Amino acid sequence: MKDVILELDSISKSFDGKKILNNMNLEIKRNEFITLLGPSGCGKSTTLRIIGGFEKPDEGRVLFEGKDITGLSPDKRNVNTVFQKYSLFPHMNVEENIAFGLKLKKKSAQYIKDKVAYALKLVNMDGYGKRKPTSLSGGQQQRVAIARAIVNEPEILLLDEPLGALDLKLRHGMQRELIKIKKEVGITFVYVTHDQEEALTMSDRIIVMNKGIIQQMGTSKSIYDEPQNAFVADFIGDSNIIDGIMREDCLVEIQNVPILCVDTGFGKDEPVDVVIRPEDLVIVGENEGFLSGRVISIIFKGAYYEIKVQVGDYDWSVQSVNPAPIGDMVGLTILPDNIQIMHKPHSKDAEVIKEDE
Amino acid sequence: MVEKIKDWVSRFYIGIIMIFLYAPILVLIVLSFNDSRSRVTWGGFTLNWYQRLFSNRQIKEALATTLILALMSALIATVVGVLGALGIHAMRQRNYKIMMILTNIPMLNADIVTGIALMLWFVHFIPLGFGSVLLAHITFNIPYVILSVMPKIKQMNLSIYEAARDLGANAVYAFFKIILPQLTGGILSGFFMAFTMSMDDFVITYFTKGAGVNTLSTMIYGEIRKGIKPEMYALSTIIFVFVFMILLVVNYFPSRKKEEKSYIG
Amino acid sequence: MNKLKSVNPRSWLSSPYVLWVIGFTLIPMIVIFRYALTGRDGGFTLDNILAIADPIHMKAMIFSLEIALGCTFVCILLSYPLVMALRRLNMGKQGFMIFVLILPMWMNFILRILAWQMILSSNGILNFLLQKVGIEPLAIANTGTAIMIGVVYDYLPFMVLPIFNAISEIDEDIIEAAKDLGAGSLTIFRKIIFPLSVPGLLSGIVMVFVPSMTSFVISDILGGGKLQLIGNIIEQEFTKSVNWNLGSGLSVSLMIFVLISMAFTTKNEVEGKGSAIW
Repeated sequence: MKDVILELDSISKSFDGKKILNNMNLEIKRNEFITLLGPSGCGKSTTLRIIGGFEKPDEGRVLFEGKDITGLSPDKRNVNTVFQKYSLFPHMNVEENIAFGLKLKKKSAQYIKDKVAYALKLVNMDGYGKRKPTSLSGGQQQRVAIARAIVNEPEILLLDEPLGALDLKLRHGMQRELIKIKKEVGITFVYVTHDQEEALTMSDRIIVMNKGIIQQMGTSKSIYDEPQNAFVADFIGDSNIIDGIMREDCLVEIQNVPILCVDTGFGKDEPVDVVIRPEDLVIVGENEGFLSGRVISIIFKGAYYEIKVQVGDYDWSVQSVNPAPIGDMVGLTILPDNIQIMHKPHSKDAEVIKEDE
Repeated sequence: MVEKIKDWVSRFYIGIIMIFLYAPILVLIVLSFNDSRSRVTWGGFTLNWYQRLFSNRQIKEALATTLILALMSALIATVVGVLGALGIHAMRQRNYKIMMILTNIPMLNADIVTGIALMLWFVHFIPLGFGSVLLAHITFNIPYVILSVMPKIKQMNLSIYEAARDLGANAVYAFFKIILPQLTGGILSGFFMAFTMSMDDFVITYFTKGAGVNTLSTMIYGEIRKGIKPEMYALSTIIFVFVFMILLVVNYFPSRKKEEKSYIG
Repeated sequence: MNKLKSVNPRSWLSSPYVLWVIGFTLIPMIVIFRYALTGRDGGFTLDNILAIADPIHMKAMIFSLEIALGCTFVCILLSYPLVMALRRLNMGKQGFMIFVLILPMWMNFILRILAWQMILSSNGILNFLLQKVGIEPLAIANTGTAIMIGVVYDYLPFMVLPIFNAISEIDEDIIEAAKDLGAGSLTIFRKIIFPLSVPGLLSGIVMVFVPSMTSFVISDILGGGKLQLIGNIIEQEFTKSVNWNLGSGLSVSLMIFVLISMAFTTKNEVEGKGSAIW
């Protein structure tokens, strides 16, 4: 028995003849923190705008608790949005901004007052009620925008890259706060971002999108550990993606070297994509690994070194806590568990990100 | 020392320009108190022209026509222009460009060409008179409104409209409560600009008015050969002083700071 | 159907304006062209447009051009020192500028030009003052100079305001930086202030050149009826000779001439002109 609050049923949408969403299906469960992740132009914001009622899909339906709301305007939906550029009303102070939706619902003055005070407290903005939005910092404006949406007690809160305009440190702080707020108010969050780290940290479930098509859905862990195609592998985290040939179950050949892995079920001698995370590669003595090559660059990244090792015509990216001098010959080794084998993409769409680079 | 001299040179230069700009106005004000009908001799101080002004029906009619024309044309131009600017802003690149070029035609064209073209067209379907002048004034006023509102629209974050809809406002409420307040400055200056241009226009009115209708401008032009009635100087002085007072109040007495109204109030 | 869908619904707000533009901007233009291309007998002809080459018309056209170029040039010369002086004395703030320049517009412009006639006439105020200090009286009345003073007087604000707006937007930091790098006042003006004021200058040129070229009231009053601008000739075709076709033809030539000369000055961007004034 899953409790689906919102369902997108075969949604397609084009702008100026360009297909932005292609037959998209998605079920969002009650009280879930779901993130739409993908590069710009992948259709994630359009999806959000269709849920919010700002765009009408060309085809398909939007179902809210089983009822069709496809043609309903934004003001008739029990859904609120936190916009990318905050979109606070500049001629109203913070309190007036937060009270806007409640006043339209004709709530009593006392109710509005209490609710606004509660919302300000929730987003840590006590005492800022009389300030004008323009006198606030970006982070503060975003808190007000969140408060303004939440006071209306929407069933679903839509967040469109809400932290995109903030600097890195503030972003980390706000991520923690958003999770806290989510726990406190207990509503469904649909979050849009192109920042994979943000998605991995916050979400219960991630939808990776590209070119208007869902590439993969799953928990942070499953998306990171088991990307289903080269696009996902490349977009989520740093990866070495290299051509390989599946010689037999649990044996893949990379750069003419057979290596043990744990994947089964591929055809014999099937060409595959092999994904290896840089942190899973281990630098060993020249002849102790399965591959050997020359160190061509090393960058100190704080917690680790990022080292490039040239093997044949491929530069392997390796994260290592120990430095290795440029020019040295080294060996590379990896545990079979950490090798991820993927089918070559059948559709062009999954290949696109590679061409872009 | 050098800086001091430069300051004085600056003041002197500004003074010269001020004299240039205000000398004719001073002349007209003086004439309005001159007890001689002649424009060149001073016949002593009098308030006679001001008294006679109030019994001159022709002048009063022309003044009424001018004011009603300015007010109506500015109002209609503001409504059409603001909606027009909002709509044009939403057009795609190509249509946007076409509309902006068309908007600039009445501004780039010589008044005399605009006036003649409108007159040639009007005679095909309406009698020349107040109606045709009003249509003409609206036509040359709309571009002023659009050009002063458009920059404000461009500055505005249009997603606040969506934010209002999202929070439960219907389209009309969101337009009046959220969009219009952002544009107030541009709308007001567009309106005043249009009003001023309409008050000051002579050429286009002259060609589109036909017989029987007179604004202050066309009336004065008609009197040039016979000699201007001194009541006209008196009227101009009154208008000038009136506007001077208004602008003085608006510019130099800072408007009462709007109290931060609470949402409950 | 698909095409309709992707039109932003907000653009429908402009439909009254679009209709207005078609009805009162486009159609009148077509009408004036039709008159211009029609002879008295009703047949097609280019004579009315080519009539501009007639010596009397050509003379008026060239005189108009001289007045317009001179007026534009003098306005530029007067505007920059004024704007710099205001900037120096910090008088640009609080709308002082706009106040001073807009205010005269509220005294009827024909009356103001008539006042100039009184000031400049041979036994007028200027000569009266000159005699008092012992200078020979000037014979400005009914000359090109008088017309020039009139047009400069009437259109100077339209040059000052856009230049002023452009210059007041320049960040003081930029000028400080230039000083820090060793630039003198002249270099600062030449290399920084002037280049940044060009957009304002261009809209100023458009706003001064066109009306000064085409005015007919100012030349009528200050030229004493002897000196004719092209505007006077066109006006007479409508009010005295009642040859609408010829008048339209000359208007069209004038319009074409103005548009061509404007195309040289400004690429196409004259946007924000309206707001430049207020």
